[in-house]
Amino acid sequence: MRRYFGRKLLIYGLTFFVAVTVNWMIPRFMPGDPVASMVARANVTRPEAVAAMQAYYNNLFGFDQPLWQQYLNFWAALFRGDFGLSIWLFPTPVADVITAAVPYTLGLIIPSVLLSWVVGNWFGAYAARRKLLDNTVLPIGYVLTATPYMWLAVLLAWGLGVLAGLFPVAGGYSFSLRPNWSWDFFLDLLHHWTLPFLSLFLVALGGWAIGMRNMIIYELESDYSTYLAALGAPARLIRRYAFRNAVLPQVTGLALQLGVIVAGALVTEIVFAYPGLGSLILNAIKNKDFFLLQGTFLFIVLGVLIANFIIDIVYVVVDPRTRAGMAGANA
Amino acid sequence: MRNRARIMIPLVAAGLLATACTGGGSTPTPPASQPQSQGAAAPANPDQLPRAETLYTTGTQWGPPANYNPIREWDSAVGTKGLVYETLFHYDTTAAKLTPWLAESGSWTDDSTYQVKLRQGVKWSDGQPLTAKDVVFSFELGKMETIPYHNLWTWLKSVEAVDDQTVKFTFSKANYQQWDFNLYSRSIVPEHIWKGRSEKEVLDGVNENPVGTGAYKFISKDQDRVVLQRRDDWWGKTALNMEPKPRYIVDIATPSNEVALAMLMQKNLDLSNNFLPGVANLVKGNFGLTTYYTEPPYHLSANTAWLVPNNTKKPMDDPAFRKALASSIDVGKIVESVYGNLVKASSPTGLLPQWEQFVDQNVVSKSGFTFDAANAKKLLADAGYKDTDGDGFVENKDGSKMSLTLIVPSGWTDWMESARSIAASAKTAGIQITPDFPDFNALVEKRAKGDYDLLINNERQLSNSPYTYYEYMFQLPIQKQQNTVNFARYENKQAWELVQQLDQVKTDDIEGMKKIISQLQQIHLDDMPVIPLWYNGLWAQSSTSVWKNWPAAAGSAPKTGAVMWRNWLELGGFESLTQLQPSGS
Repeated sequence: MRRYFGRKLLIYGLTFFVAVTVNWMIPRFMPGDPVASMVARANVTRPEAVAAMQAYYNNLFGFDQPLWQQYLNFWAALFRGDFGLSIWLFPTPVADVITAAVPYTLGLIIPSVLLSWVVGNWFGAYAARRKLLDNTVLPIGYVLTATPYMWLAVLLAWGLGVLAGLFPVAGGYSFSLRPNWSWDFFLDLLHHWTLPFLSLFLVALGGWAIGMRNMIIYELESDYSTYLAALGAPARLIRRYAFRNAVLPQVTGLALQLGVIVAGALVTEIVFAYPGLGSLILNAIKNKDFFLLQGTFLFIVLGVLIANFIIDIVYVVVDPRTRAGMAGANA
Repeated sequence: MRNRARIMIPLVAAGLLATACTGGGSTPTPPASQPQSQGAAAPANPDQLPRAETLYTTGTQWGPPANYNPIREWDSAVGTKGLVYETLFHYDTTAAKLTPWLAESGSWTDDSTYQVKLRQGVKWSDGQPLTAKDVVFSFELGKMETIPYHNLWTWLKSVEAVDDQTVKFTFSKANYQQWDFNLYSRSIVPEHIWKGRSEKEVLDGVNENPVGTGAYKFISKDQDRVVLQRRDDWWGKTALNMEPKPRYIVDIATPSNEVALAMLMQKNLDLSNNFLPGVANLVKGNFGLTTYYTEPPYHLSANTAWLVPNNTKKPMDDPAFRKALASSIDVGKIVESVYGNLVKASSPTGLLPQWEQFVDQNVVSKSGFTFDAANAKKLLADAGYKDTDGDGFVENKDGSKMSLTLIVPSGWTDWMESARSIAASAKTAGIQITPDFPDFNALVEKRAKGDYDLLINNERQLSNSPYTYYEYMFQLPIQKQQNTVNFARYENKQAWELVQQLDQVKTDDIEGMKKIISQLQQIHLDDMPVIPLWYNGLWAQSSTSVWKNWPAAAGSAPKTGAVMWRNWLELGGFESLTQLQPSGS
């Protein structure tokens, strides 16, 4: 057991190191100088004043040091929990910017991932081998899973938001409200959350339902199901066994899909002007905000790694073979 | 506590809903955010803003508000300067004169001394009175090297408080034109709070709880908005007999123009200062949207878009070539097909319509240019550019192939289309131009270094004087990095000499200004260092569902711009707020 998790942790550690290094490098290889464009925005006329400001900010952000030194400083700062100052939202610390945005992103991603997985699996399993449902669920599922997140988001925003007027098209909560612990405010939050949630949920739902349906059919046709049926076991029981076996690849699928879902969530947030990480990343790229980019990517990398680790643990719990394997390795 | 509430709420909400609904399709009922009783006195810190007293605006801020520092005129939260902090004067763009604001009056006592009398009874939002010392302090901040108006001190000698209400500015060189610009551009900050702040704090400070003299104060902020509340003890109520009508202003950061359009359609937005391409149809349709004009160009003009040729590169170093290029561009087609008539073709001088009186028609009729492909061809041929290899494009004078690149920032769709249109019309004249769309930052860097052939730029806004435009065209010396002016790297000592002379003409001496400007126009049209294309609009789409009496060209409506953009509140944006009326009444 310890060896299994030790190995996993080592792999995660390595992945983290490489991912963070790549995140550090990518913005620095983009063309253009962030300080130059920051100063350009300041619209200062006199060349001397521009030079003074540029020198000052280059020093402030540490861009006047050699690259290797910047890289080392970056790791040192990271371990102190210091993400630096945002260039785009100067002088806000990156940590503050992210803290304000993360609850919205998590509030979207966690429920949509979990709910779509649970509901999708349940529905797929239920629909398999039920002709009427199968004939409807399959095509709808295929259409949903092939839909790009943002496209569905745009459709929902236009249809339910602008045309039907049922839902707001922008913001995390009404622009007429101020955050407070009241029922009204809570409902308003939900109201704004529904459309972005739906667009994430529906797309993912289709994929899980189809996957599960296929797995169940496969399992129902396997030898053990036939044997059980021959023994005269009730169909319900057979289905339950089939479900247990079919769910394992879905767990692996969840781990693999996480990154895609996060990417989809970011785009969806932009469509709905939802105040999460999505528009922050977009603007960080546009403004060459190295530090904000590093910070947001770091957060995403960490999030995906942690989620994967949890799935690893879940795997140990749900699949007895992993435990058996570990016991064998120890023996 | 409030902070924590904000962080926890979405999480809790999501969690609760996750457990409450399994199908994911449940739709919570919308909260009753509809009109509240208006009669009731508004609480000091309401959780819910009454729709009828709130103005929703967007189009300035693209991300979370970053700071409330009036020194950072380019990225401070919306309203920091104009609503919270104020300037000595405002500038009236229609009457073309300064309007006394914090100053009661200002005048030149001699050629190099300017004296400002402050209004009595102006108070900071913390109750302290505004005095001459605050004004002195604010201008002296510019002595710090990295402060944007540091250059003021190369020609300003001293600022003194004569008494509590009088400030005396003494100049080593009186640059009248620039001085007027400074009078309405520089925020006055309270000395008793800012005193002792280091250069770093002044330039980079967030200034979390701004204390200003203005008509509004910030009451809350979030990722995608700032909320301002009117100060009912604002000095202007009695001194100016003015009151901005909205009790609350919520400025929303929309990530894209599409979102702004959708919100306008939902009537959740009162004023959008975004560029909305299809707005002509909306104004004509019955959607309750208005713009300044009911017909093209729909908006007032805010700045000129220029085609900037790199004057240090062949063949753009040849004035004859630049003039041929200028006549080869069909701006009318861009205005019509790219912008759907939302912009106006520029005069050959590039001066905004608000400066029309300074256009010397004699010079323009003699040396101006118009779109004329045949003439462009003739100019090219006369100057010695010939198509020697028969591919339909002219070659350089030395026979080498001429292939120019026109760069505009990637994602600026209207400009990208315009660049394609320019390339197409240049082709008919025989000039080969290829549009290219680098990332904005890459473009800024190339522009600064002079590493480009052609680009489009519109960074100079309407101001108190065409001086700012000529400074943009002619400023010398050329540096290694040209960051804000003279991107074309055009060198003409005589022209720069004239621009400096213009700066020293008093701003009420219109004839004197005209004389110099006419000479500058002649140089501009003869040499064509930059080519004016069209006037970008002061994009302002307003909804009449809650507020009416928006600025409009017709009838008795206000003639100021409806705009929340930074540095525009002093140019009539604030005055527009005072003219609004609730639609219900």
